[in-house]
Amino acid sequence: MVAKGESTVRTVRTRALVVAAALAAGLVGAGTSHGVAGVVAAAPAAAPQAPAAEPAKDCSEQTPAPSSALSGRKVQEIRSRPGATLVVGVDQNSYNWGFRNPQSGQLEGFDIELARAIAKTVLGDPNKVTFRTVTTAKRIEAIRNGTVDMVVRTMTINCDRRKDIAFSAPYFSTGQRLVVPRSDKSATVAEGLRGKRACAAQQSSSETELKKPGYATSSVTIVENQLDCLVLQQLGKVDATLTDSSLAAAQAAQDPTVRLVDENIIPAKLGIGLKQEDTDLTALVNQILLDYQANGGWQAAYNRWLAPSMGTNSVPYLP
Amino acid sequence: MATPVVTGVRTPAATAAQQRLRQLTGTAPARLRAAGAVLTALVLLFGVLTAWQVSTRAAAADQVVTHSQPLSQDAAEIYRSLADADTTAASAFLLAGNAPPALRERYEGDLATAARLLAQAAARTDASSDAQRWVAELNQQLPQYAGLVETARANDRQGLPLGGAYLRYASKQMQGTLLPTAQRLVEAENRQLNSDYTAAESFAWTAFGFGVLTLGALVWCQVLLLRRTNRVFNLGLVGASAAVLATLLWLVVGTFLAQLNLGDSRTHGADPLRVLNRARIEALQSRAAENLDLVARGGSDTYDQDWLKYTTALAGDPAKRDGGRILGGTLSDARMNAPRDAVLALDQAAKLFPAWSARHKAAEEGDNYAAALQAVVGPEGTDTSAAVFAAMDEQLGKAAAAELAAFEDSAQGVDGGLTGLAVGAGVLALLAAAGVTVGLGRRLAEYR
Repeated sequence: MVAKGESTVRTVRTRALVVAAALAAGLVGAGTSHGVAGVVAAAPAAAPQAPAAEPAKDCSEQTPAPSSALSGRKVQEIRSRPGATLVVGVDQNSYNWGFRNPQSGQLEGFDIELARAIAKTVLGDPNKVTFRTVTTAKRIEAIRNGTVDMVVRTMTINCDRRKDIAFSAPYFSTGQRLVVPRSDKSATVAEGLRGKRACAAQQSSSETELKKPGYATSSVTIVENQLDCLVLQQLGKVDATLTDSSLAAAQAAQDPTVRLVDENIIPAKLGIGLKQEDTDLTALVNQILLDYQANGGWQAAYNRWLAPSMGTNSVPYLP
Repeated sequence: MATPVVTGVRTPAATAAQQRLRQLTGTAPARLRAAGAVLTALVLLFGVLTAWQVSTRAAAADQVVTHSQPLSQDAAEIYRSLADADTTAASAFLLAGNAPPALRERYEGDLATAARLLAQAAARTDASSDAQRWVAELNQQLPQYAGLVETARANDRQGLPLGGAYLRYASKQMQGTLLPTAQRLVEAENRQLNSDYTAAESFAWTAFGFGVLTLGALVWCQVLLLRRTNRVFNLGLVGASAAVLATLLWLVVGTFLAQLNLGDSRTHGADPLRVLNRARIEALQSRAAENLDLVARGGSDTYDQDWLKYTTALAGDPAKRDGGRILGGTLSDARMNAPRDAVLALDQAAKLFPAWSARHKAAEEGDNYAAALQAVVGPEGTDTSAAVFAAMDEQLGKAAAAELAAFEDSAQGVDGGLTGLAVGAGVLALLAAAGVTVGLGRRLAEYR
């Protein structure tokens, strides 16, 4: 189940290095939390001019430079609010990312651990976090109207979303993977889709991709949630599901009779969604992400939640 | 260009027929005999026609009470059981290992009730009818639904979110396929009920018209006899006229009374019951949406919208609720023409709704999932929306029982009056025929 699409992975990693370099440069230059105002100001101004069709790389680097300052307006507001808690928008149905363990009733997963790591730095206590479940469709609205301080919910960074919200630096490299029955020996996505009944979640990159001509699918079923595709696949109503690689791995983890096709298409990055005005909090989150990787927190969370379904080699997924 | 007009030319056959008629009516005794035959035939035909038309109405009225109303109520009960199964399955799913056995029993009871009533409906409805088709479809869909719910349960017990996806899929099948099919069954049975009501309430115009004609012929015959014989009363013919008139009056009054009774059983029985059934189902669908919203928390907004849709139908526009008092919606509509006991139960149910709505809102807006879960399905305690819903459902069930009893009361004996009328019309026609024979026989005797 480990990604072996060598060429794709290599480009992702190269880009990640560029981002890291840019961030590092910003860190050196930034003394105070508002030290990177120039970079920040460019974000909202540039976004409306960027057509949606433009490649994601042109805007994926627009994020405040990391800063560990706790003196910013938003960070102060969080620290001084009654009960001092960080409100994080999450999902409770993404297995191993953000899901509710039916036995304990607690939310668990890679995203949940990351949210706790952020709370630990912002408020000094990983438990001072209030999880608020938000739907895919409501993520941006929840950030904009302040229902949540941030969204940590397998959210892909893209230009279109940047018009409305800010993103942290990437914390995970992902892409689109195809889920097929184990008996299917396809090596590429195109091969796995040819003549098959395909399934994808609505308003996802997978939906856009499946509707492109050339895949020669016999039919495309669009459902509300990617997990609904696995239900349909088990019931024999669809043959293959295209979804985000993180969620595809979660599907394979729940059903040992399916596997992921090796090829990873449309490489993308997961980021934390924040309000555009909260530049101080975004800068702090970027610092936390750097530390999280440096101190081994990222790897530990990967090993705990994702290694069983995505493979022990985490290199292809590093941000 | 006009067609040639044939005048004065008679075919031999026509001439022969005229001669025969003259033989029959040419002499006074012959005319009397002919009049007697015609009047007797008219009177007897009137009797047969009345008896036949009235007994078809009696049969339709009987059909309403013994057949179409129970079938229509059964169809509504099938719908309710299915909706209840969906609601209960979601509650049990949310509680997982903590679900009380009663919840599981209720779910299984719902499926058993639906299956039993479907078998009954299949046996009692016409094989070619629409209803039969919907019953067949439901019979096919029900086991599939049950299978999906069990798969959801199995996956959930292993801690997989896939279980929730299965439950949502099962519920989608229920709300999108089974319930609409059950709705079509309800509508087909209601159409049958309406057509039986219409048949039972329709006035026997043919019999009535024929009766008036017969009475006219009898009177005319008496007027002629008066002119020819100067005898004022022919007792036989007067008796026959009285019998025909009595039948006509009985027909009018009897049909009117039957219509009153049937109308009463309809406006105070069948119709309010129909609205109440809808209220019960909307309450169940609201509850299912509330449960599924928790199952799908963060994954879908559909159920939140469903909750709003069903509760608005049930209790009216939330913006127009006057300090918790319900205005509009099916809960208010169901009070109309409902018997007193049902109105009391409905008022109790309506009083409970604001509490349910408030608890739902608190659970919905809270961040603590465990607290929300406890508030919505919590097996213990009375401060949960589960408890309020159960109390409300119980009141609605009470109202339904009261309305069913009221229907049976008002529909009792509706057909009895009509059956009596049919028999009476036959007897009176025989008496009238006897009157004609006796009355004209006496005149005929004078020619011997």
